[in-house]
Amino acid sequence: MRTRALAVRIIRQFIRDKRTLALLFAAPLLVLTLVHFVFNGQTVKPHIGTVQVPAPLTERLEQAGADVRSFDTAEQAEAEMRKGKLDAIVSVRGGVPSILLEGSDPSVSKAALLAIQQTVQSVAGGAGVQPAVSYMYGKESLTSFDSFGPVLIGFFSFFFVFLLAGVAFLRERTTGTLERLLATPIRRTELVAGYLSGFGLFALLQAALIAWFAVDVLGLYMEGSIWLVLLVNLLLTMTALTLGTLLSSFAGNEFQIIQFIPVVIVPQFFFSGLFNLDAMEPWLQNVSYVMPLYYGADALRGIMIRGEGLGDIWADVLVLLGFSAAFALLNVLALKKQRPI
Amino acid sequence: MSLIAAEAGNGQRAAVAELREVTRRFGRRTVLDRLTLRVGRGELFGLLGPSGSGKTTLIKLITGIDKADGGTVELLGERMPKLSMFRRFGYMAQSDALYNELTAKENLLFFASLYGLKGVKRSERIQAAAAVVDLLDHLEKPVAAFSGGMKRRLSLAIALLHEPELLVLDEPTVGIDPVLRRSIWQELLRWRDSGTTIILTTHVMDEAEHCDRIGLIRDGRLTAVGSPGELKARAGAQTIEEAFILLGGGDRT
Repeated sequence: MRTRALAVRIIRQFIRDKRTLALLFAAPLLVLTLVHFVFNGQTVKPHIGTVQVPAPLTERLEQAGADVRSFDTAEQAEAEMRKGKLDAIVSVRGGVPSILLEGSDPSVSKAALLAIQQTVQSVAGGAGVQPAVSYMYGKESLTSFDSFGPVLIGFFSFFFVFLLAGVAFLRERTTGTLERLLATPIRRTELVAGYLSGFGLFALLQAALIAWFAVDVLGLYMEGSIWLVLLVNLLLTMTALTLGTLLSSFAGNEFQIIQFIPVVIVPQFFFSGLFNLDAMEPWLQNVSYVMPLYYGADALRGIMIRGEGLGDIWADVLVLLGFSAAFALLNVLALKKQRPI
Repeated sequence: MSLIAAEAGNGQRAAVAELREVTRRFGRRTVLDRLTLRVGRGELFGLLGPSGSGKTTLIKLITGIDKADGGTVELLGERMPKLSMFRRFGYMAQSDALYNELTAKENLLFFASLYGLKGVKRSERIQAAAAVVDLLDHLEKPVAAFSGGMKRRLSLAIALLHEPELLVLDEPTVGIDPVLRRSIWQELLRWRDSGTTIILTTHVMDEAEHCDRIGLIRDGRLTAVGSPGELKARAGAQTIEEAFILLGGGDRT
């Protein structure tokens, strides 16, 4: 009898809370669909550039499933590689084939290397021609962690700051202190700016700690400037902070903040570059352009693996600044719901 | 309606709050219905009504935290809502909106800074406001360790920090024991006597006796406005409670 009463009560509460109900059924489907698209898409073709190699070799490479482009000089090919358009460059020096790998993603490097080696072997008739392998970025010993690491640094900063800011701002609203605050002469812009500076300090400390721990303690591969890593991480957490406070206006309690994780955080994880975006349907790849984490991860990878400077990552920096500014502005507008002026 | 018209003459003093035909709706529900009210300078004005009658909504419109759908609200001669007016009154919300992790003093510091107080002046005002509500010995304690009554007193101290000419208090004595309630009322009367205008809400009938004038509010309408004596005389009642039932439309009796 009492068990039944309790069960009936829980069922009633579920039916009343439409959002939780929708999430319970829809969120797993959304995440599963994402996983499906990420791992079941097109096969990734290695992008290989050739510099004055015999035609048969090029043909064999294409037959092996690679996307091959020919270049006249090594400089041209390397310039394309720096733009991220090539995974490997094959050239022949003194009769010996040499391979230059892009190197920032070990799995891509391995796939390209395998395709090239098999082709070279078959063309050379199985004789013991060992191609000379060199790397543009990274090194042979670059592990998967070195490749994921920069993305994970960005992801965790984003994730925790998003949750923290969302819950903090929600509590400010549900405990009545927000209303009390808005009964003082504070401007809505001052309120948002205050939140940004207060949380910003801790976001910066967190970013510094994560970066230091990953590089110095865990030995994560680090080619570029630690200050740039901190800058990008700070901008990423600012985006998380403004997005978290913004979405908290649409949550009634802490539980509903947690519900944003599968909707807001998980998709960003899949589009952050942790999984090869080239494997996805082209239309789906475009979704990554609205994900703040995509830009943060792209910049962090550039700095840490390819040693890129501000000149190379400025576009990512600007986009992150734009996201933060847009979310902050929307926060100021959303506060109108609490106080009309 | 004739009762309200008769009271219009009471505001010989300059108006602190002037509401004309104010209407506020939430969705389809009309919470305040063409409500007209004038509170004069130096008055202790009480809004008396049951929960859900629209008292808090009215307070929010007077302070400019919320905006009316129809009619006009003027506070100290300025059309509301207006940002600069937030420094002209002290406000105490119905729930104790305090930061529990911080000490009483840190809470006071925070709100004092929001009102633009700084330096020596700020420290002086914090000490003075804490002294009025008898919290001087508890300033360094975190609010989480406060009793309900102490939190209420701290909220009151925050409302007093910037020495406002007008105090707007939403249920200042709710959840407070009789002894503390009496001491708070003594303070309110003292401030009234020194020239502060006070607008407060209550649903405790006998508290209304202390007010200079009372507005009886029910279902979003002012059913009567007048001094406690006038209202009792008009209703031919012995107590405010009786007067409230008789004047407030006896639809519930």
